[in-house]
Amino acid sequence: MTVGTSGSTGSDGTGADGDPPASPGDGGGRRSLRERLNHWDVRYSPYLYIAPFFVIFAIVGLFPLLYTSYVSLFDWSLVAEDPVFIGLDNYVALMGDARFWQAMVNTISIFILSTAPQLAMALLFAVLLDAHLRARTIFRVGLLLPYVASLVALGIIFGNLFNHDYGLINGVLGLFGIDPINWHANRFASHVAIASMVNWRWTGYNALIILAAMQAIPRDLYEAATVDGAGRWRRFISVTLPMLRPTMFFVVITATVGGLQIFTEPKLFAQVPGSNNGGSTGQFQTVTLYMYQQGFENFDLGYASATAWVLFLVIVIFALINFWLTRRISSTEDSR
Amino acid sequence: MSVLTPAPRQVRKRKGQDPGSIIGKPGFLTYGLLIAFILGSIFPLYWSFLVASRDSSFTAQQLPPLWPGGNFFANAARVFDTAPFWRALGNSLLVGTIVTVSVVIFGTLAGYAFAKLKFKGNNALFTFVVATLLVPTQLGVIPMFMAMAELEMAGELIAVILPNLVTAFGVFWMRQYLVTAVPTELLEAARMDGCSMIRTFWHVVLPAARPAAAILALFTFMTSWNDFLWPLVVLDPSDPTIQLALERLQSGYSVDYSLVLAGTTLATLPILFIFIVLGKQIVSGIMQGAVKG
Repeated sequence: MTVGTSGSTGSDGTGADGDPPASPGDGGGRRSLRERLNHWDVRYSPYLYIAPFFVIFAIVGLFPLLYTSYVSLFDWSLVAEDPVFIGLDNYVALMGDARFWQAMVNTISIFILSTAPQLAMALLFAVLLDAHLRARTIFRVGLLLPYVASLVALGIIFGNLFNHDYGLINGVLGLFGIDPINWHANRFASHVAIASMVNWRWTGYNALIILAAMQAIPRDLYEAATVDGAGRWRRFISVTLPMLRPTMFFVVITATVGGLQIFTEPKLFAQVPGSNNGGSTGQFQTVTLYMYQQGFENFDLGYASATAWVLFLVIVIFALINFWLTRRISSTEDSR
Repeated sequence: MSVLTPAPRQVRKRKGQDPGSIIGKPGFLTYGLLIAFILGSIFPLYWSFLVASRDSSFTAQQLPPLWPGGNFFANAARVFDTAPFWRALGNSLLVGTIVTVSVVIFGTLAGYAFAKLKFKGNNALFTFVVATLLVPTQLGVIPMFMAMAELEMAGELIAVILPNLVTAFGVFWMRQYLVTAVPTELLEAARMDGCSMIRTFWHVVLPAARPAAAILALFTFMTSWNDFLWPLVVLDPSDPTIQLALERLQSGYSVDYSLVLAGTTLATLPILFIFIVLGKQIVSGIMQGAVKG
């Protein structure tokens, strides 16, 4: 909509000088109008272009964030009509809620099990693909294949593969004489299984993003480093990593924000379809899953909102830590 | 030593096609790892097709045969009986298309403004955009749901479309690309010729932005296609998106994996097909963007 409106204003401005012989002499007044239009165009158009983002963000990003904090101060039920103001009681209750803490630990555990290997592998595969390969397009397209698979489908497929009694993974482990692992019941094993879905889906995607940045590194930097006698590892540490810094920031931060909100995978991993429990004892219930359960299964919107806010703070803290870590790691060579 | 060797070595390296990478000449290990990775990428998808093409007894074997059976169409037919599959597919397609077009247009417009136009607060506003990447969308579902219920949009597809019309990622991505993809001189020349801002955008910026816009379109469409939590909260179960329909296929006391995985295969195939047809362009688009940026 905005595009159309500003478009027509803009072309009106140029349409006014549709008669090109507007020589400098004859139309002093018109020229100044045109110049003024032109001036306004240059001055204010940029704001028009960025406005949609800020308007939509205000409505669907900022408002929910603030309103969540408001709702979190109430005993606000989805079914009862009149919310009761209870101050910080939801937060106090949350701090003493063992189930919430379990969900928080699960979230962080799954997050670490997924993000760390995912990014390390993405970096490795980006390096491999940066070499001069035969059939490199096939490899690159292949990297993105998991990304186009449906997320829900993935949850169901992995739930099937990790089944205790007749899952393929336990079957293969059995070939090597390993006892079947109860991927759903065992807490840590369930985290590994869920993290494997995340890793499977996002490693190639991140590898491609990193590879794209890697290809932008001027090749003579590598040549120069080689001439200076730098080996592979040295080239990686001294040339590649520092040059990848902005991309690594981006990849790490998006992985952090996405990873800590994980919902679909643990929900679909449950053996009882439709369950929000995250396993019989909540062994793989994540915070977002817990929030969903509180809000839309128990209809306690106030409590769910408090959960959302605490998770938001945790995400910000982790993002800052990761920001700082990425900065440190990729700038070690600069400071020396 | 190191004084003697470099010169001839450098000459030899120049003859090779890729003088500057970390690996140098890729060997057996490189190819082996990559092939293993690709096989690992394909396997779960193949597995779901495998299960979908056999009858339900198949999954009771721990190490079943690894070739497809002949029951795929029978299982697919059961999917259509069990879930409003076509409707869900249509819904997802509609939502994904609208969201994608909108995100690409607004993302490119804003990205262009941030990359190339001088205006007061450019840097500060862009920093703000990047900072909003930190706001977890999933945490807004409660107030969003309340707002949608208030506006009587709950249950309607518009409730899924509206919150996703423009993304911080889209703005960020297009800005990164446009900073270098569009030569400033070209913009100045267009301005000199009397092009209005929006015409300059339309005729100069948009064509240049095409490769990055294609990637953004893919990413946006996939995000929309895979969105689960928000549609689960806001949509009516009788009028679902494809992901909701898939999830409901597995409800019941015992999961019929042949049925469920036939559904997942059916839902994945159209996307997979498009991706295989366009994959090369998409990926080369990512790379092209990178070489310039």
